[in-house]
Amino acid sequence: MDHRRDGILRLEEMRGQLPDPARLARGPVVVVECVENIPCNPCVAACAKGAITIEGDINDTPSVDFEVCDGCVVCISACPGLSIFVVDASGEGDTGTVSLPYEFRPLPEVGETVTALDREGSAVGDARVTRVLSSKALDRTPIVTIEVPRSETMNVRHFTRKDAPR
Amino acid sequence: MRISEHPILDFDRGREIEFEFDGKRLVGFEGETIAAALHAAEVRVLRRSIKLDRPRGFFCAIGRCSSCLMTVDDVPNVMTCVTPLRAGMKVETQSGKGTIAPEGARLATGDAASEAIPSAVPLAIVGAGPAGLSAAIYAGRLGVESVVIDENDVPGGQLIKQTHMFFGSLDHYARVRGIDIGERLVQDLESCPARLLTGTTVLGLYDDGDAKALSLLKDGQHARLRARAVILATGASENVLAFENCDLPGVYGAGAVQTLMNVYGVAPGERVLMVGAGNIGLIVSYQLLQAGVRVEAVIDAMDEIGGYHVHAAKIRRMGVPILTSHTILRADGETRVESATIARVDERWAPVPGSERTLDVDTVCLAVGLTPNCELALMAGADGVYVAELGGHVARHDRDLETNVPGVFIAGDASGIEEASTAMLEGRLAGLAAAERLVPDADANALASLRQEAEDGLGELRAGPFGERPRFGKNRMFDLVNDTKDERRGS
Repeated sequence: MDHRRDGILRLEEMRGQLPDPARLARGPVVVVECVENIPCNPCVAACAKGAITIEGDINDTPSVDFEVCDGCVVCISACPGLSIFVVDASGEGDTGTVSLPYEFRPLPEVGETVTALDREGSAVGDARVTRVLSSKALDRTPIVTIEVPRSETMNVRHFTRKDAPR
Repeated sequence: MRISEHPILDFDRGREIEFEFDGKRLVGFEGETIAAALHAAEVRVLRRSIKLDRPRGFFCAIGRCSSCLMTVDDVPNVMTCVTPLRAGMKVETQSGKGTIAPEGARLATGDAASEAIPSAVPLAIVGAGPAGLSAAIYAGRLGVESVVIDENDVPGGQLIKQTHMFFGSLDHYARVRGIDIGERLVQDLESCPARLLTGTTVLGLYDDGDAKALSLLKDGQHARLRARAVILATGASENVLAFENCDLPGVYGAGAVQTLMNVYGVAPGERVLMVGAGNIGLIVSYQLLQAGVRVEAVIDAMDEIGGYHVHAAKIRRMGVPILTSHTILRADGETRVESATIARVDERWAPVPGSERTLDVDTVCLAVGLTPNCELALMAGADGVYVAELGGHVARHDRDLETNVPGVFIAGDASGIEEASTAMLEGRLAGLAAAERLVPDADANALASLRQEAEDGLGELRAGPFGERPRFGKNRMFDLVNDTKDERRGS
C-alpha cells in the first residue's frame, strides 16, 4: 500500500490487473491504473466493445477483458481520475508507444520531442509525439501518444514539453 | 499574474476599467471582484489588523472570513472578495475597524434594475449551489413553486470553479466537469416554477405564525420573504490552521485559490506549498499545475494520503512530491509569504527536530477541511449537535434532511461535509420531502420512485471505504433522531 504514502503506484500493486506479455506482444492494449474502491463507473460505458466491467456496485475496481480490448484509446478521456493508458509494445523495433490523457496547454505537435516522465515524475528520456487527439468528443481531455523505448512502456505515464517551465 | 491560456477554461474578461487604489490608478476588468483585480495588480495587503496592525490579505474569497475588508468609496468594511469592481472606484487599504462613512457615501451597485422580491412563496431555498439547485428542480417536478436565494451574483455555488470531471455514477453526472454540471442545473431550473434571486443575502430566519420569515438584503435594501417551508443549502466554510504567521497575505484557502484562478483567471502566485493531501488539496494542486503554477510540495500530517490515489498520481507523475507525516511550522515574509518551513512529524504528530526544511514559496494553500454553515438552522431553533465525521457542529436532521424544526430542511455540505455529488442527491431528497409537505395530493408513486432513486444513489456513493466517514456520521446523526417518519412510511 505504498501508494497511500507517496502517491506512486508500483507494478507489483497492479498484479492481476495488467495485460500479460503475450497480449502486450499482440498489439495496443489498455492499462487501467485504478486500484482503490472509489465510487466511479464512466469507463464501463466508454468502451463500446464491453471490455471494461465493474462487478457489484460502483465502488468496485474495473476489470478488463484483454482479449476484447483492441487498444482503441476512447476510454482514456472518459476516466475522471485520468488513470487509463494504452500501451503498444508489439512493434518490430525497440520502441513502443504510450497513449495518455494530457490536459495542459500548449498541446505538443506530432513529431515534437518531449521528455517522458514515469509515475514519480522522473525523466525517463526523450520521447517523440506520434499522435495528438483533441476533438470535441474528448471534452477537453486530449489524448497524446508518445514513442518510448519498449522497455519503458509500463513505466512512462506523463511527459513534459521541452520549453515548459519546470 | 493573469492566466492567458488554459486547457479547460476560456476567460471571457469584461471591459477593461480603471480604478484607484491608495491614490494610484490601476486597471481591472468589469465582472471581476475588487480583490481579484488587486491580486492581478500584485497587491497583497488589503488591510491592517485591528490590534497588532498586522498585514492581511484575503483568505476565503467567498465572503466568509472578513480578512479582505477594505474601505471602498469611503464605505468601510467592504468585503472586497465578493464585491464587483466598478469603473472609478476608490479603494483604500483599511486600518483597524475603519472610519464610519460620511453621510451620503454609498457603495456603487450594479446597473441592472433590481428585481422585485416577492413577499411570499411556498418554498424558499437558501443557496444556489449543487444542493439548493437540485432541491428547487425536484420540488419543482412535483409542482412546488420556489425562490432560490444566493448571495453571489452567479448561481452554481462552488461548482463554478470545479474544472475536473466528477466521479460517481454515470446516472448522476459522473464524467461531467463541475463547471458544466452547474450550468446544466441552472438550465434545468429554467423549466421549473422556480425563481433565482442572486446577489441577495439571507440575514435571518424567524418563526412567522404557521410559516417562516426570511429577512433579506439586496443592493442595500432590506426585504422580508414569507415561506411555508425552507431548505438551507448554505454550504461550508474553509478551515484555517494555526502556525506562525498563518495570517500573512499569501496564505489562502484552497477554495480561494480556485476562485482566483478558475473564476477570474488570476494565478495566486508562482510557487505554492499545498497543505492537505485530501481530495481538495490534490485536485487544487493539479489545477494549479494546469494554470502554469509550480507546486513545490503537498504535505499532510497524516501518515497516508487522504484523497483518492488517482488524484495523487496525476500530480506525482508531474514531479510534485507528496509528503505524508509532514506539517507546516511557519510562513515567513514582511508583508507577504516569501518562504514556508515544514517538518516531518512523529507518530504523535510532534515535529521531528532536525527535519525542518524551508521552501521557497510565495503562496501557502490550506486544504485542511471544511465546517458546515448551519447558522441559519440554529437561528431557526434547530439543535446543534457535534458530529466530528460531518465536519463539526451540524443541525440535527433526519433522513428527509428535515431539522427538528418542522418545515426547515438542510442539505449538502451545510448538513455535513461530503462531496458535490452527494450534495445534489441530498438536495433532491430535501426538495421531495418539502414537496410532500406542501402538496398533500402529490403523486405518491412519483414521489416514492424519485426518493428511492436519490436514496439508492447516496447509498452507492457512501458505500466504499472513502464514504465511510460521512456514512458513519450520518448514521450517528439519524440515530440521534427519533425518526417517526420512517415508521409512518412503513420502512
